[in-house]
Amino acid sequence: MSAKPRVAFFEFTSCEGCQLTVVDTLQTHPELLDVIDIVQFREAMSEKSDDYQIAFIEGSCSRPSDEARIKAIREQADIVVALGACAHLGGINAIRNRAPLQQVREAVYGDKAEWFETYPARPISAVIDVDAVIPGCPIDRNEFVMAVTHLLQGRMPHLPDYPLCIECKLKENVCLFERGGTCLGPITLAGCDAVCPSYGYGCEGCRGLIPKPNLDAYRAVLREHGLTDEDIDMRLSMYMTYQMMEMAEMTETAEMPEMAEVAGGSHNGNR
Amino acid sequence: METVRVDVHHLTRVEGHGNIVVDVQNGELKRCDLEIVETPRFFEAMLRGRPYSESSHITSRICGICAVGHATASLRATEKALGVTLSEQTTLLRRLNFHGEILDSHILHAYMLVAPDLLGVGSVIPLAKAVPEVVLRALRMKKLSGDICKVISGRHTHPIAMTVGGFTNIPETSELVELRQRLIDARADVDATVDLFTSLKLPEFYRDTEFIALHKDDEYCFIDGVIASTDDGTWPVESYRSVTNEQIVRHSSAKHTRHLRDSYMVGALARFNVNYAQLHPKARAAASALGIAPKVINPYLNTVAQVVEIVHCVEDAIDLIDKLLRKGLRHEAPAPPTRMSGEGVGACDVPRGTLFHNYVIEEGRVVSANCIIPTGQNLANIEADMRQLVPEILEKTQEEITLALEMLVRAYDPCISCSAHMLDVKFV
Repeated sequence: MSAKPRVAFFEFTSCEGCQLTVVDTLQTHPELLDVIDIVQFREAMSEKSDDYQIAFIEGSCSRPSDEARIKAIREQADIVVALGACAHLGGINAIRNRAPLQQVREAVYGDKAEWFETYPARPISAVIDVDAVIPGCPIDRNEFVMAVTHLLQGRMPHLPDYPLCIECKLKENVCLFERGGTCLGPITLAGCDAVCPSYGYGCEGCRGLIPKPNLDAYRAVLREHGLTDEDIDMRLSMYMTYQMMEMAEMTETAEMPEMAEVAGGSHNGNR
Repeated sequence: METVRVDVHHLTRVEGHGNIVVDVQNGELKRCDLEIVETPRFFEAMLRGRPYSESSHITSRICGICAVGHATASLRATEKALGVTLSEQTTLLRRLNFHGEILDSHILHAYMLVAPDLLGVGSVIPLAKAVPEVVLRALRMKKLSGDICKVISGRHTHPIAMTVGGFTNIPETSELVELRQRLIDARADVDATVDLFTSLKLPEFYRDTEFIALHKDDEYCFIDGVIASTDDGTWPVESYRSVTNEQIVRHSSAKHTRHLRDSYMVGALARFNVNYAQLHPKARAAASALGIAPKVINPYLNTVAQVVEIVHCVEDAIDLIDKLLRKGLRHEAPAPPTRMSGEGVGACDVPRGTLFHNYVIEEGRVVSANCIIPTGQNLANIEADMRQLVPEILEKTQEEITLALEMLVRAYDPCISCSAHMLDVKFV
């Protein structure tokens, strides 16, 4: 074991944009390479070692054969960090969980659907225990640097547990609701410096729900701003499909049976 | 060697998951595949039923490297479907943003993914130890590229302010003035990049093929235009299916394509071959220094064509900013749709080649979607290259053959997670 912690990066179903953000972090923080030893990073390097202590996993688990690889990473690593919304929440991959799986497969691969294995997209925490999360789609560079700093100090990365609106107010942005738009800020975890509202676009919820969101009140506000129930369902399902399905299962609202079935996979002996 | 077995599992320094499998027995090529083992991603199915305004935000997540390209193609498809006419300012800002992405992607590929092979190291990390000034230059140029996208659309991965009809945020004049100065200052780094790749020797391998790129008569085309081929002919982007002819093959979750020959190539080299006349004069001068002129038929030189495009994009970005500053930035709202139903095809030449998004929208919701991705279009051509290359280099060692094949695939700058989710959505 070298003095510097040995770090590996892995990706499952994702766009690899979070790992690219890690590469971009080096533009402003090249000193990261002085304090960690990157031993595996397929997208960026050919050298490879399976002796690592910290694993960053990008992407969702979306096919049976991914599970063994994910579990092997858990076996090896002391610390597993879910990197970005796909690993943290299932991300946009989980949008497809809303439709019956066979319909989704045939929509894309027609009568050859059986050639390519898949199942509903899940966060990494549905397969193994995850020690820490860096949320976002993509991750925020500064938050990645902060997380690495914390890990080097032997602490777990700390995430805000308050809604995005607080950060947005501190930036003195004019509220999207005041500008004729809508925004998921009131129910979404802060930590991204309200980057989307700052560029005039409503929050899409990529960092996931705050603890105990008051969804009924939030839906009522959206209705007041002219959204139909279907519109609201769309907003809440871009990044939050998996979380919403888990909540629906917990409150035993079985209005969408195929969703409940998918969410059930997360605690049916896969840990 | 009479018998060669190459089995590169999860090729490194490419985006996404692919395997190279070559089997030569007694001097005869039995198998030569680029397997695409990326998980199927089902984007077209995910778009079904979503509001038209979400499409560009969902599809930018197809790829972290060409997020702006996917967003742009997606917006063009939606805008054509819904009868949206763009302002000149929006068109200019989109082109500038696109240059940011082309630069970012090409610098990443040329310096961090390809250069290590040419300098005999495993990755950019030992490269940074061996020649720190080269890697620092790449990081400097990459930061500028990303900052272009940041000023215009909030970030490169994934753009925020790009929306149907325009932008939700217009940059400040001072931000464009600062970018312009940084682009001018970057000319020294661009010159050094041309010098570096002039000095590096790429493998020699020649196979003529069909090259396809988007084309406009009056600009080096990245957005819109017509489909053009080096085998002659142009086609409106709306008839893209007659060019791509997608087919499913068993060893690839990404579909293959063919046009006038058994395969064709898209990407920087194809654009260079098709649109050489529209390159900025400084980019043509750089091509001359780098020793390439159309028609280039060595696929390894795709990286060199990317260097030519780096020169073009830096110079054209300066020209675009000048034009925007001359006209004065207006804080205009996005242009509104004139209808809520329709079909549209958006086409862009993204870093890796021609990208098509095709949507049918009914009452503001996407009812069907089709995305055809550059890497998918290149797969058949890469395999055709491999089939010619392997017999030509059989006298080399297994390690050398493997490296030559890896470098070939890498030269195409494949973006595999992009490519593994295409196909028509035929909703039942």
